[in-house]
Parts: sequence; C-alpha cells; structure tokens
Amino acid sequence: MIEIAGLAKRYGAVQVLADVSLSVRSGRITAIVGPNGSGKTTLLKILLGLVRPDAGTAAINGATVNGDWRYRSALGYGAQVARFPDNLTGREVLAMLGAVRGASDTDLALVAAFGLERYLDQRVHTLSTGMRQKLAVVTAFMFRAPLIILDEPTAGLDPVASGVLKARLRATRDEGRTVVFTSHVMAEVEELADDVAVLMDGGLRYAGPVDALRHQTGVATLEQAVAELMRA
Amino acid sequence: MTATTLLILRYELRNVLRGRWLVAYTVLLAGLAEALLRSGGSGRALLALVNLVLLVVPLVSVVFGALYLYASREFNELLLSQPVGRPALFRGLYLGVALPLAAAFVAGIGLPFLWHGVEEPAHVRTLALVVAVGVGLTAVFVALAFLVAVRVEDRARGLGVVMLLWLAFAVIYDGMVLAVVSAFAQWPLERPMLALMLMNPIDLARVLLLLELDLSAMLGYTGAVFRRFFGGTWGAPVAVLAMLAWVSLPLALAARAFRRKDF
Repeated sequence: MIEIAGLAKRYGAVQVLADVSLSVRSGRITAIVGPNGSGKTTLLKILLGLVRPDAGTAAINGATVNGDWRYRSALGYGAQVARFPDNLTGREVLAMLGAVRGASDTDLALVAAFGLERYLDQRVHTLSTGMRQKLAVVTAFMFRAPLIILDEPTAGLDPVASGVLKARLRATRDEGRTVVFTSHVMAEVEELADDVAVLMDGGLRYAGPVDALRHQTGVATLEQAVAELMRA
Repeated sequence: MTATTLLILRYELRNVLRGRWLVAYTVLLAGLAEALLRSGGSGRALLALVNLVLLVVPLVSVVFGALYLYASREFNELLLSQPVGRPALFRGLYLGVALPLAAAFVAGIGLPFLWHGVEEPAHVRTLALVVAVGVGLTAVFVALAFLVAVRVEDRARGLGVVMLLWLAFAVIYDGMVLAVVSAFAQWPLERPMLALMLMNPIDLARVLLLLELDLSAMLGYTGAVFRRFFGGTWGAPVAVLAMLAWVSLPLALAARAFRRKDF
C-alpha cells in the first residue's frame, strides 16, 4: 500500500527524518509512534504531499508522491490541529470538501455518532477544540477512501467519541481498507494497531507486528517494549 | 481558470465576506468620501481622494492580504490533503482576497458619489480613473502581501515586512528619489528617473492620476518628471503596462514559492 524508501527531511539545523524506509501493508492498521519531535507528523505530511522530502521516495499504491495531486483521491486525512475557515459553518466545510472531490455520495455516519449534527450550522470558530477535532475525523472518513491517515486522532476527543472512532477504525480495517495513524498513547496503539512503526530522532527503530515487538523485547506491554527500544 | 479554483473561490468569498474587516473598510472609505463630498463638492473631494487612495488602499490591501494568508494555513493543509493542486488553491486564495477588497473599495468610494452626483460631467471620468487605480493598487498590494506571507514563515515577522514595504513605497521612496536628484544634480537624470518611477507601484498610480487631473507639479517630484517624459500620449499606456507587471511578477514569484513550500 505504502512504500517509503530512504526518506530524509531537514528543517534548518534539525534532521527530522534520516533515511527512513518503511512498508505499510494494506488491509491493516498501522500506528506510527515515537516521542514528540520524532518526525511522525512530517512522515505523514510527506505521504500527503504537504512536505517535500530532501531525499528518498514515498509511493502510495504504486504512485510516487511527486507533486501530482490525483493520487490523493485514494486518501482520507484528519489533521492533528483541526482548523477550518473561521466564518464557514461545519456543514459548509463538508459541502466544500464534497464538491472539491466531486463526490455525490458521502459517508456522514460519524456526524451522528459524534453527536455533531446540532453543531453543524454554527460557524467553525465558535466550536470547541474537541468539536473541531471531530469534524476533522468526519472529513477523513467521508469519502470512503481506501487509505485513511490520521494524525493524533484521539488527542482532543472525549472517551465516548474516542470509543466511536476506535470502532470505526476497526470496521474500516475489516472492510479491507488501510489505516495509518500516529499516537503517543501506547495503550491505544496496543488496543488498535496490527503493525507499529517506532520513530526516534528521525530514524526508524522498529517496524512490524505489535506482537512481534513485545516478543522481541521480552516484555509484557507495548509501552515497556517501546521504552526498551528507546533505551537501546 | 479551473473548476476547482472557482469552487475554492466561492467558499473563500463566503468566508471573507462574513468577516468584520471588510465591512469596516467599506464603511471607513464611504465615511471619508461622504465627508469630503459634503465639505467641498465633487471636484475637491476627488483631489483629496487621490491621496487617500495612494496611502490607504495599499496599506489595507497589504496587511489584510498577509493576515488572511497566515490565517488560512491550516485550511490550506486541509485542502491540499484533498485531490487539489497547489496552483488551483493559490489562484482561489488570491482572488478570494483581492476581489472582495476591490469590491469593498469600489462600493466605499462609489456609493457616496452615486448618492450626491458630480458637479461636472468630466468628474465622472476622473472618478472612474480613481476607482480603476484603486483596484489596480489593491491587486498589486495583495500580490506583494502573498509573496511575503508565502515566503516568511513567522507571522509577526511577515507583518513587519509588509508594513515596511508599504512605508517604503508610500513614504520613503519619494524622499530617496529627491536625495538622488539633488546628489546628482549635474547629471542627466531622465533615464534613471524613469526606471525609478517604474519601480514603485504607488508612484505609478500617482502618475496615472496626475496625468488625468493635470496636476503633475502637485504630488511628488517623480510625478513631474514622468509627465515631462511622456506628455499625454505615452504616459498612460506605459504606466498601465508597468502596473500589470507589478501584479503579475510578485504573483508569479509567490505562486512558485507556494508550489515548493512545505505546509
């Protein structure tokens, strides 16, 4: 599904990613974990074509990310800091994205599940952070894209909404679609992810099934396993 | 223009038109025009408006343009993670700021004149030119604002840069031209002066208006030189072409930076 080879990116003096190679398998949930500043968001942004790598390539479904935008119709993205045009309503934001995609048939089941319906006619800047986060998650799923990419999706969500999202992620995987998300809540990763990629200081420390990582490090929980990797 | 650009433009316009900024700008211009018309009639009001257009329009355009682009960062991220090309988004953003600003200017200046009428038929032509020049300056300074805001990551620094740009073009430039003229008083300065004039969009706008108002000696030394060079025949076309270059060049540079930028 996703093939990343030799990816490198530097912002000024900081080497955010250094020679990262990673394969993400389709039909699975892959979590990208790592401490703050380890390059998780940058990696996702390279997949989205938002950030241009200094070296290396990323390919989605065989299409190399190189400035052409068409491949993104296979992709649904929910950003970490969810901001929309202040003076538009939630409904207008969804309508705009629908129109941009040329999609007549959108999946808005999450609007009801999140209890977002009665907030959709408010201007976005009057919504709380959590509500905006929910709206961002809705936009990621609304086009039934084969690949869903979410950056820290549960960070601003209450427990109920978080549960709704997790169920949705599993259902998406069970439909044979692919999910990639970042997180630094290891319990959540353990609960959801099939595969995990551990980034540290811009380098990849582990990539593979969650179980295998626990087995490899010989500890009981993923949190301990990742801590082991970081110490090593 | 692509369908995507038009679509983005539609929602951008909706977003901008609902903001308070634009209404305030229209009301400010209308208030000033109204006051000028009441105190002196259309002839004197037009003269006073020339100065207003040359100072206020660039300032508001450059600041609003930069503020808007900085505020739309996350929104750009959202749209660029859709199957949307960067050039289409950039065009939508530029038109989404420049069109409503120009419309606010036209409405703010135009409505009071529509209400009061003009003293002489010739004033209609002058008013049309003032409006056209104001629209041109709006296009130029929104383009400059975009160039700065795309290239300078930090919002506070970017706003500082656009304010400096405005100050340089609106105030400092004529002073520098005068300094150059007095320092090189012994030399034939016609050609360098012409070049200097083309390098400042506000001076260009001033020349356009002065050629129309036949008041070349009144505003700035640069205007006087320009008139002497071009008389009535060549002045307007050259200035218009230069003005178009002042829109398209910064815009092309900004679009290029926007295409290569990391979001």
